[in-house]
Amino acid sequence: MTDAPITGLTLAADIAAGRSSAVAALDGHLARIAEREDEIHAFNLVTADQARAAAESIDQRLAAGEDVGPLAGVPVALKDNMCTEGVATTCSSRILEGWIPPYDATVVQKLEAAGAVMVGKTNLDEFAMGSSTENSAFGPTLNPLDTSRVPGGSSGGSAAAVAAGFAPLSLGSDTGGSIRQPAALCGVVGMKPSYGAVSRYGLIAFASSLDQIGPFTHDVADSAALFEVIAGHDPQDSTSIPHQALTDAGVLSVSERLSEGVDGLRVGVISELMGSIDGFEPEVLAQTRAAADALAGAGAKVDEVSIPSAIYGLSAYYLIAPAEASSNLARYDGVRYGHREQGKANTGLMMSASRTAGFGAEVKRRIMLGTYGLSAGYHDAFYGKAQRVRTLIINDFERAYQDFDVLLSPTSPCVAFPFGAKADPLTMYLNDVATIPSNLAGHPALSVPFGTGADNMPVGVQVLAPMLGEAVMYQVAAEIERAAVAAGGAS
Amino acid sequence: MNQQNDTLENETPVSSTMLSAWTTESSVEREPQGLPDGWEMVIGLDVHAELATETKMFSPATNQFGGEPNTNIHPVCLGLPGTLPVVNGKAVELSIRVGLALNCTVQRCIFARKNYFYPDMPKDYQISQYDRPLNINGSIQLPSGHVVGVERAHMEEDTGKSTHVGDSGRIHDAGYSLVDYNRAGVPLLEIVSHPDIRGPEEAKAYAAELQAIVIAVGASDGKFEEGSMRVDANVSVRPAGSDELRTRCEIKNVNSLRSLGRAIQYEAQRHVDLYLAGDKPVQETRHWDEEGGRTRAGRSKEQAEDYRYFADPDLVPVDPSPQWIDEIRAALPALPRERRQALLDAGGDPENVAMAVQRNLDSLALVAVSAGAPIDKALVHIVNNLAVDGAEELNAEHFAALVTMESNGDLTSTQAKQVLGEMVESGRAPADLAAEHGFEAMDTSELDVLLDGIIADHPDEWQRFCDGENKLQGMFTGQIMKATQGKADGKVIAQLLASKKST
Repeated sequence: MTDAPITGLTLAADIAAGRSSAVAALDGHLARIAEREDEIHAFNLVTADQARAAAESIDQRLAAGEDVGPLAGVPVALKDNMCTEGVATTCSSRILEGWIPPYDATVVQKLEAAGAVMVGKTNLDEFAMGSSTENSAFGPTLNPLDTSRVPGGSSGGSAAAVAAGFAPLSLGSDTGGSIRQPAALCGVVGMKPSYGAVSRYGLIAFASSLDQIGPFTHDVADSAALFEVIAGHDPQDSTSIPHQALTDAGVLSVSERLSEGVDGLRVGVISELMGSIDGFEPEVLAQTRAAADALAGAGAKVDEVSIPSAIYGLSAYYLIAPAEASSNLARYDGVRYGHREQGKANTGLMMSASRTAGFGAEVKRRIMLGTYGLSAGYHDAFYGKAQRVRTLIINDFERAYQDFDVLLSPTSPCVAFPFGAKADPLTMYLNDVATIPSNLAGHPALSVPFGTGADNMPVGVQVLAPMLGEAVMYQVAAEIERAAVAAGGAS
Repeated sequence: MNQQNDTLENETPVSSTMLSAWTTESSVEREPQGLPDGWEMVIGLDVHAELATETKMFSPATNQFGGEPNTNIHPVCLGLPGTLPVVNGKAVELSIRVGLALNCTVQRCIFARKNYFYPDMPKDYQISQYDRPLNINGSIQLPSGHVVGVERAHMEEDTGKSTHVGDSGRIHDAGYSLVDYNRAGVPLLEIVSHPDIRGPEEAKAYAAELQAIVIAVGASDGKFEEGSMRVDANVSVRPAGSDELRTRCEIKNVNSLRSLGRAIQYEAQRHVDLYLAGDKPVQETRHWDEEGGRTRAGRSKEQAEDYRYFADPDLVPVDPSPQWIDEIRAALPALPRERRQALLDAGGDPENVAMAVQRNLDSLALVAVSAGAPIDKALVHIVNNLAVDGAEELNAEHFAALVTMESNGDLTSTQAKQVLGEMVESGRAPADLAAEHGFEAMDTSELDVLLDGIIADHPDEWQRFCDGENKLQGMFTGQIMKATQGKADGKVIAQLLASKKST
């Protein structure tokens, strides 16, 4: 391994103080990309020329004494399902071949306003459907910590980009764990915000009621800072939370809480996600307990809590998410943009041939699942029942939060696994069991690295918080990080 | 707070039994059935009205008819990847106006996706409303007094338009197709009636009344010919007096009230013919062929449509506050029925009254009446002489003055018509225009002398007229008009001729 990676906040401070520049920061990261990207394949596209122009402009503005923003000159990578005006956005799918968005996602505008420099679009499981980035139409991303293993998914490219030092910051999207699980597997911090805290405008939808954009960073302080930049009400997203509610809950000022400690906070460890179901690796469970112990040692009141419905989230999710996806992905029909099969006798045949050729196997599987689940005669038994389970999960979590400030669990049942190890879709789906409930409930959750598990691969511990509970979630995550650093230093 | 959970399907669906308040026959006189004895029609209408908003239902693109193809568009109404819909508040307000005018209950409502693949639909689903529409349980009272129940009036977005380029302009032999998305995302209100309509004339009356209402409340320009108002008819027949509901067919492509009547008549007769032949209709969508004067089955559907409706997770429920609804109600203008009643109370002829309200010119008649002018003359002008552009801008006081001048005999009806036309064009007062033309009523004694001269010139004709050849009255009237350059009043001439004949 090379030197400890520089964080976004350190870089921003260096650039602001004149110790570095946006161009120098960009060059350093482009050099690392040149060194390892061929091997890792974190990016679908590296936008070096645009990035250089942006960095030069930022340096000029800084030299002119302008306030360029809290992330002035800091490189950032974007998951390739966020629209960037004039820059191809593919969702790692053949079906979006050749499509160039005519507009920027709200998060892209916010990053630009904060002075960040976009360096490229990162690889993902096609349309964010997967947990390993093996479902990308453009080939998998490799885990920078061990290239025989997956980086997790679906935001595997964004996780790998930060882990490999290609960019100190990146954005992913999380529908069932797609930020937190790859963060855990790549040993970085990944966070899914409260549903509606970050605008979805310009995020290409997988499952609209579950999708949220969130940050990947080296540490908790960077995560909080990047989250503060991208969060906020957006009138273009009807599910966006009003500004007043965000400020009242302290969601837009989470950084202030990082050094407060956890004395007196109530932490619940979710029993159902601590080994009572198969597939959790013992080392992962042991590290999660160690993290809980560390919190107790720092003054938190730690207890076990049972959330019986949590494990049913997986089943509900695999009905709700595909149902929404089957509708969201209908527009990729070859009529207006993207891949079109030529020479078909009529529009219907052209549409089905284009979709057959343009989508990969996992996307087709989920479109079929979702279509079936919404069909007449099955709608109530599948989609309807899944929505009722969702309501139960929300109620169970809200009940737990009457007694606890945050909850704790492993992020992923296992550490990064070798390519091809989970070829069976159901085995792969089980990877999301601990992360899915937060998406169904709309609650925030964060994965913070805590030690290592099998084969010395990193373990992620998940901190879950109630709706708009980002502030306390970050407060606890910062404590876990301090404990991890202390333990790492001691070993 | 579980904001998104609100949008899920945990709403109580509206049951059809809650909506049957108006299905019983009322006691009003109904039109005779145009069917063989023993059969009656059962008709329900689905009317789509484009809402008169500045922008589209969910997108900032301009809501405008016509224009170069694909110019009134925006990433949202094109359904580009990553875009999200935002509800147009003005569209909701206009929809509530119509709902209140139709006596509907306005309720918290949810947008749902109606999923099907079609190239002129950018997302391959249409955002509509399903089990929680905005307006429910309304009614429309027709001029005849018959009440038709309105099941619901819900918001949705329009689709684009395809043009098939090829020999026939039809899709199956087109070389290629062009799609114009200017109309995609235009806000629509779909008003669904109960099957309470029993004949073509009643269907036309319902559609006309609904058109008058949406225009009156400013919700839509209601133009059938431009497609801003579109009617689909659900038609079935049954033995007269029965209350069964037999298989219905939905008739589309009806572009005028006249076509609506013809299409229903044709379709109902087709159903009766099928039953009489021992056969029965199949439930299907049929298209009205205006030239052929018949309905035709659409392309056969191998399987039933399954739209896989579900609550749109990109949108939150719309929950109009009672205060907002009250404000909208308070600001509603007088409705066509009340406006007709005002003129009927003033003694207006029902047909002319209906036409005056439909043309939105009834206030002219009311002002004229309150200024002392006779209502029949005012309505005749409105019906016969004001079917022109700019009639709505006519100064009501001027119109009242004109009708009064005419009824006082200061202008002949011919002169009044001419002056009225110039009033619409110029906005000037009738007295000034009449004076410029030298339109002053002639003295009867002047006419008397004139007529004596004409009789002297035509003694044979006068004798034959006195012997009972009444058609010669026209010849004498014409001679007088010619001599007076049209200034004489026809009625006065008739009286003069009659009195001279009898002496």
